[in-house]
Amino acid sequence: MNSLLPYLITAGIVFTLGIFTIIYKKNAVGVLMGVELVLNSVNLNFIAFARFVDYQLNGQLISIFIIILAAAEAAIALAIILNIYRLKTTVDVTQVSEMKN
Amino acid sequence: MDNLSSLSYFVPELFLSAAILVVIVLDLLLKKEQKIWTGIVSAAVLVISVFLIFQQYTMPASEIFRGMLVLDSMAAFIKLIAAVSSLIIILFSLPYFDDKSEYYVLILITTLGMFLMGAVNDILMIIIAMELVGLMSYVLTGFTKRNIKSNEASLKYILYAATSTGVMAFGFSYLYGLTGETNLIKIQQALMTNPPHQVAYFITLILILAGIGYKVAMVPFHFWLPDVYEGAPTTITAFFSIGPKAAGMAVLIRFFTTVVAHGSSQAAAFLQNLQVNTPQLLAVLAVLTMTFGNVVALRQTNIKRLMAYSSIAHAGYMLMAMVVFSPQGYKAVLFYLVVYMFMNFGAFWVIITISQKLGSEEIDAFRGLGYRSPYAAVAMAVFLFSLTGLPPLAGFIGKFYLFAAVVQGGWYVLAVLGVLNSVISLYYYAYIVKQMFLRTVEEQTPVPINLYEGVVLTMLLVPTLLFGVYWSPLLRITEISFNLLY
Repeated sequence: MNSLLPYLITAGIVFTLGIFTIIYKKNAVGVLMGVELVLNSVNLNFIAFARFVDYQLNGQLISIFIIILAAAEAAIALAIILNIYRLKTTVDVTQVSEMKN
Repeated sequence: MDNLSSLSYFVPELFLSAAILVVIVLDLLLKKEQKIWTGIVSAAVLVISVFLIFQQYTMPASEIFRGMLVLDSMAAFIKLIAAVSSLIIILFSLPYFDDKSEYYVLILITTLGMFLMGAVNDILMIIIAMELVGLMSYVLTGFTKRNIKSNEASLKYILYAATSTGVMAFGFSYLYGLTGETNLIKIQQALMTNPPHQVAYFITLILILAGIGYKVAMVPFHFWLPDVYEGAPTTITAFFSIGPKAAGMAVLIRFFTTVVAHGSSQAAAFLQNLQVNTPQLLAVLAVLTMTFGNVVALRQTNIKRLMAYSSIAHAGYMLMAMVVFSPQGYKAVLFYLVVYMFMNFGAFWVIITISQKLGSEEIDAFRGLGYRSPYAAVAMAVFLFSLTGLPPLAGFIGKFYLFAAVVQGGWYVLAVLGVLNSVISLYYYAYIVKQMFLRTVEEQTPVPINLYEGVVLTMLLVPTLLFGVYWSPLLRITEISFNLLY
């Protein structure tokens, strides 16, 4: 594929799916997977733009950093979810609502 | 400037990084009852870094690390706010977290992240610095592991913040695609020479605002804030209300002055060039932010939640001054950040000490406090009136400069809406004061505050009173603190 458009469309679709996952999933781990989709669409965008717009490595470099950040975020989020599960034996985000809105 | 010669411009950050490692090692060496020393060492580290930051004021403004960061006086100013606010938070925490050294390490790492946020000059650095602050904040929010509220706040925070960061990064990827650059100043030059498609640029801007807006608690990206403020340990709530918010404001100012509108006289031409009405968009968001914060604060019964909505409202006032896109507006924001730091920390310190003793965070628990703990109650009244913006307190001067900048920019309607909002805020601030002084309780058991609490309270009360009548030194500092590199 030697044009930018297919990559952008794919990234757009992945981003939208990620946002829908975040909105509709009730399981906290599911929401986290949605976040992962969003971040991967960002990576795809950066790499595609680096190849077709910038012709340099800047974008690819940023995507490597974002992969690391996503891993760090997932580690912390899973630790928090595990702790919630210990206290409440559920990971349903709608069930975790001690505080009123 | 290349990496090696940049190091001499990076001394406070290097010192803080080394200190973090020292505190971690110290934690291993100390026995459980001696762990409070890690807190004291952390406070000392921050005092030293304040002096190191003052030295940076004399350095020439320059790009460091091949344009990844900049060192100018605004970066130094934000570092100063970050270091001082973390120092005050450590002083707040010493009586309550005396056996947990991780807590102080996490605060120091957050401070390092805020140092970087004030100096960002590249898309990559914006993402990394904001994540560094964010990741530590999630852990700090859930720090009291056995408390379900704290855990819930932490879960909501991380899910919401991770989404916001993802959306912001998506916006940045489009900005990179539109310009082919990652350096902010090069992005600006590319936007000037080849104006991008209007719709694409608008979408990019909205996506980026969503990410930075969540950090400064801008409506409609504020949903995480009330729950996080209520659930987190109160010292951490106080921390979030100043440190990360000031750093977020710094990123916003940096992004606006370098990418969206140049700080110089070209601003108007550049904005027209892009055909996107950023000031109008920001004005609407600012009005929404302050109105929402103030109106919802009216019917809160939990004082931490009330302070959460009040902090949303104050973010709105600061955004209002940014709408004018002039150095005056940005200087007013920097001035307000300092004033807000003292008065908000003061109010939080009274809440921390008193609610601990009363065993309740409800506003009703403060009933009759004026007779039970006069000094704390009078100080609280001063802080609350200062937050409202009544003369002759520091909050009035801060708000005066914000409104002056808005009026000078010709945004009269915005200024009127801001003043109306201040009037609304008087109602709920004065309600607490009324509970403290005009209502009495049956048994008036005194609520004593000890010497340490009194000293910290006085340290925050004096600037709040002093800057209300003699603010020219502070004004001079903010004047010299807005010599941006670009």
